[in-house]
Amino acid sequence: MNMKKNLPARRRKNSAAAATEICLAALTWAAALLSAGVLLYLIGFILSRGLPYLKPSLFSLRYNSTNVSLLPALISTVYMTLLSLALALPLGIGAAIYLAEYARRGHRGVLLIRLAAETLAGIPSIVYGLFGMLFFVTWLGWGYSLLAGACTLAVMILPLLLRASEEALLAVPDAYREGALALGAGKLRTVWRIVLPAAVPGVLAGVILAVGRVVGETAALIYTAGTVARIPVDVFSSARTLSVHMYALSREGLHTNEAYATAVVLLAAVTGLNALAASVAGRLRRES
Amino acid sequence: MRAVFFGTALVSVLAVLLICLFLFGNGLPALFKIGPGRFLLGQEWSPADVPPLFGILPMIAGSVYVTATALVLGTPVGLLTAVFLARVCPPRLYRLLKPGVDLLAGIPSVVYGFFGMAAIVPHFRSSILSAGILLGIMILPTMTAIAESALRSVPPQYYEGALALGAGHYRAVFRVILPAARSGVLAAVVLGLGRAVGETMAVIMVAGNQARMPGSIFEGVRTMTANIVLEMGYAAELHREALIATGVVLFVFILLINLCFSALNRRKN
Repeated sequence: MNMKKNLPARRRKNSAAAATEICLAALTWAAALLSAGVLLYLIGFILSRGLPYLKPSLFSLRYNSTNVSLLPALISTVYMTLLSLALALPLGIGAAIYLAEYARRGHRGVLLIRLAAETLAGIPSIVYGLFGMLFFVTWLGWGYSLLAGACTLAVMILPLLLRASEEALLAVPDAYREGALALGAGKLRTVWRIVLPAAVPGVLAGVILAVGRVVGETAALIYTAGTVARIPVDVFSSARTLSVHMYALSREGLHTNEAYATAVVLLAAVTGLNALAASVAGRLRRES
Repeated sequence: MRAVFFGTALVSVLAVLLICLFLFGNGLPALFKIGPGRFLLGQEWSPADVPPLFGILPMIAGSVYVTATALVLGTPVGLLTAVFLARVCPPRLYRLLKPGVDLLAGIPSVVYGFFGMAAIVPHFRSSILSAGILLGIMILPTMTAIAESALRSVPPQYYEGALALGAGHYRAVFRVILPAARSGVLAAVVLGLGRAVGETMAVIMVAGNQARMPGSIFEGVRTMTANIVLEMGYAAELHREALIATGVVLFVFILLINLCFSALNRRKN
């Protein structure tokens, strides 16, 4: 008797629950569709406007205002990437080795280092640009140069490399270390010959991410590496990377089509780097 | 060798100290020369006037408005996308969508800026709204990635328990898993906030950059980041120092946001 009385109420409750289910499902699907749609629209937009202007003249060795060549910027980007990695990678790996292999957990120095790395990771690129301008360009007197830009970017990507390397080192099973020590290797030999090689894929994933950051960076470079559109002859010459090149073109407002073409090159570079990182990460997962 | 590794580890600490030293050392004198009240609360920025006026309140307001708009627009989509990726998405779709979101995170900010200039500005002019929409898109992948991993780290028993008590799939996700991942999700939002406050190049290209107090979100505005990049090229003496002081204010904002982020992360662990 009692149950029968409750039946309509319960049915109403059930249908309300079902309606909530449908609403929430619609919301999540809509959000995911929107995200995917924005991505596709952005890529389609850039490709459709940039691809037709990706002409051979854009890849001339010298930049002038008629060919608007992006090749010098492309070469500067490669230099900038290599130089900043050469500066930051040894520091990042060394710091990661200290944190993962030598330091006692919870030690005050370790906490300080972690806090510093976290702080660096959160600083926006324009603040790095200001710092680079004040320290490398003015105080050390390097002027707008490849070296000043690369040093600024090296500080910027350091926390990223440190974190990726540390995670990679921590993921190496302790059995490796114990085995090496049992065979008579010292601490340093164990780290250098056994643990570090096993961590290479993880470090590599971090390196690829860092390259992506360097390639996409603008704000930290305008006032450190300058905007000269020539192939740099040494580390003290000013150099504009592709992203800075694109910003300069958009500022001038004269070569919009060439700017879109540059965007296509940038987009291709970033997509390639992401695919590379994904394949490295995929291999990592399969191994573990 | 231990000492060498320790030395490399100390570079991060050294870098933070140097950044603080050079920013504060070059910015604070100007701030006190202008007067903290006149600098932080002054509503006029006209460095060419005699005497020049250096009030950055319009730029602080600009950064706050643009960031708030970006969060209002980006957070719901970002978090719902994270829920989708973590708990709803079929595996085959995931293999397409996840790299897509990662790609969105990797696209350089100038490319975003260019896209905004050509695709958003024609509809909403150079305004707070345009900048907010663009920044909303830019912070979406960051928030999604962090929130997704937070949602994934909730123990499966929570979900199973909710189902056993009669909740449907989505009800279990939204009423049990999402609250359980609360601090991770909040950390995602705070990280997005930091990104939005610090973003420079994309904002310059869509926000209009007028250095005055905005009246509505359809008006142009200049953020602190934009102020630095736009005028640093030709600024000299006190004007230049005032720009560095703008950087100091921005830096302090970011440090506070970072503090919130690490506090939230620590609570999560």
